[in-house]
Amino acid sequence: MSVIVDGETGLCVSGLTGREGSFHAANNRAYGTQVVAGVTPGKGGQDVDGVPVFDTVHEAVERTGANTSMIFVPPPFAADAILEADDAGIATVVCITEGIPAHDMLRVYTHLRRGSTRLIGPNCPGVLSPGKANVGIIPAAFFSEGNVGVVSRSGTLTYQIGHEIAQRGFGNSSIVGIGGDPIVGSDFIDVVSLFEEDPETELIVMCGEIGGDAEERTADHIAEHVGKPVIGYIAGFTAPPGKTMGHAGAIVSGSQGTAQAKAEALEARGVRVGRTPTEVAEIAAEILGGVRA
Amino acid sequence: MDLLEYQGKQLFARHGIPVPEGRYADTVSEAVSAADELGYPCVVKAQVQIGGRGKAGGIRIARSSEEARDHAEAILGMDIRGLTVGELWIERASEIDAEYYASIVFDRSAKALLVMLSTKGGMDIEEVAASDPGAIARLHIDPLVGFQAFHGRRLAYEAGVDRDVVRPLGSMLTRLYDAFIQEEAMLVEVNPLIVTAGDGTGGGRDVAALDAKVTLDANALFRHPDNAQLRDPSAEDPQEQMAKERGLTYVKLEGNIGILGNGAGLVMSTLDVVAQAGGAPANFLDAGGGSKAEAIVAAVEVILSDPKVDAVLFNIFGGITRCDEVARGLIEAFSRVDVEVPFVVRLDGTNDEEGRGLLAEANLPNVHVEETMLGAAARVVELAGGRGDGRVEVAESSEGMGAAGDPSGVADAGEERLP
Repeated sequence: MSVIVDGETGLCVSGLTGREGSFHAANNRAYGTQVVAGVTPGKGGQDVDGVPVFDTVHEAVERTGANTSMIFVPPPFAADAILEADDAGIATVVCITEGIPAHDMLRVYTHLRRGSTRLIGPNCPGVLSPGKANVGIIPAAFFSEGNVGVVSRSGTLTYQIGHEIAQRGFGNSSIVGIGGDPIVGSDFIDVVSLFEEDPETELIVMCGEIGGDAEERTADHIAEHVGKPVIGYIAGFTAPPGKTMGHAGAIVSGSQGTAQAKAEALEARGVRVGRTPTEVAEIAAEILGGVRA
Repeated sequence: MDLLEYQGKQLFARHGIPVPEGRYADTVSEAVSAADELGYPCVVKAQVQIGGRGKAGGIRIARSSEEARDHAEAILGMDIRGLTVGELWIERASEIDAEYYASIVFDRSAKALLVMLSTKGGMDIEEVAASDPGAIARLHIDPLVGFQAFHGRRLAYEAGVDRDVVRPLGSMLTRLYDAFIQEEAMLVEVNPLIVTAGDGTGGGRDVAALDAKVTLDANALFRHPDNAQLRDPSAEDPQEQMAKERGLTYVKLEGNIGILGNGAGLVMSTLDVVAQAGGAPANFLDAGGGSKAEAIVAAVEVILSDPKVDAVLFNIFGGITRCDEVARGLIEAFSRVDVEVPFVVRLDGTNDEEGRGLLAEANLPNVHVEETMLGAAARVVELAGGRGDGRVEVAESSEGMGAAGDPSGVADAGEERLP
């Protein structure tokens, strides 16, 4: 088992004919992901290395049975692409695009949460379920099948931590990058809940960073609803004071959003927090003991 | 992107939000003629993106041409917490009956818009939130429904505003919301939002925005070319400006160890690990995903343009980024830039062996290759001369890079009242 993407994933790539889209879709396909369709308005009827391209997501779903969408279109058009995928009946949308206007995402998020479509991202590296499917830009070669579920707001930091865990002989059920934007489709709680229900996952690693209060809320959720061991990591202990949201933002979060506050919130709820990526891997090895996946 | 007060007020005015009449000036003579036009008393206000302008003497009331000249001369060129004042906003003085607070913000937790209103304006709103949370009325707004008139009434009655201004206040909140949506703001804050003195018989009172704090979504500026012109390069550090021009994400810090990494999370983590090893990072620099050689050359130039830098750490985990590209960029940078400080390079991930091979072949002077992130951090701290000046103890750090702690917010509030 794994979460979000697996052998049943039938992937439709919005932006397949673009430079980034074609490159990463080819990588995903080479990994074994079933890439069944691409969508580029005006290029319907073409194909990219044998993957058929359609003008609309609706047509792609109808003709190929795609159930998952990967969005690789530029920021001004990404919200539209997500909504199109949702409207076409796609169950899971993974949006890699970085730099989508926040107001666009707020409307998309508000609409999606009234239905059942799951959105991962935007501004995320995607989801990798080793041995099953890779949807996005995670360098799959560094990871193998196993029982550690990883969820993260960051890309390269996730690879760093995942790699250190792999060096100690452990693999992953799934690696989920939820994205670093203010409004993301799925948050830590959503993905931690999936890992809690996933029979293959025995240990959950969550990599957070400063800003917002998602880590604090997840700490409360873990204490009440998660039985599996969870290891936390927070980046940004030495980061300078931010200027993004002003005082009103601090009032909203009810927390300073600092790495220290987040680490303390997690530890207070029984989540062990590694202070370096290496320490996270050491704690993981300690918890999983000699059991190698 | 944060706007200056006057830019925020001009934006407000375009959306029909009442603001005191004012004029822009960046010379003393312009300031005096602006003040003469507006009439006296008027207020001379320093335009810098930092709090505490009033306390620093950057906001002064002028009752005559002579006073306007004196104040403009004193304020232009003044240093306010490290920023030099180059611009003024001259504003007609307001007669104030009451000071309220209003804001609209992206609530990241609720993933919704939050509108707040309080009669306790003119002071530090965080203090109010901590000591008397009930004094701030809050309402989440569904972005697909929008801000309706009843939302304004609910907020006004819950906040307990004076009954005669419920209607003008509701109308102002509606316009603030329209401005927030149409300009694609991340934050709109009015503190103080004033109730103006009426006709002396308890009637005719109105509301106005006496300050304006507006943060726009930088990702949406492509749809707002006029707003995109409002950038204030004078407020930026020279290295930060240079980095922006080269498409890099750079934040200057106080230490002496230059840092380059790929991906914001990994760079933040690298800063932490260097601090834990006893070092003090000089900067945050994210070379981005898929960093090409050219970006690496630019990054080296930006990092080394900071004279405080005694050593540099490259921490790369290649995903899309290929380590051989990073190595090529570093070699190219050494051929173009005069490098006098040691470099520690740690390459892991895609094409890491090729990258290390290229570096070994190039045999660059004073470049040290390390295998692990922790090893690289320890090495660069040693090369930078042990524990750097102004080092940051991890446990003592209490500031965030994200949603918290903007020092430039509401500290000016209440300093504009006529004595």
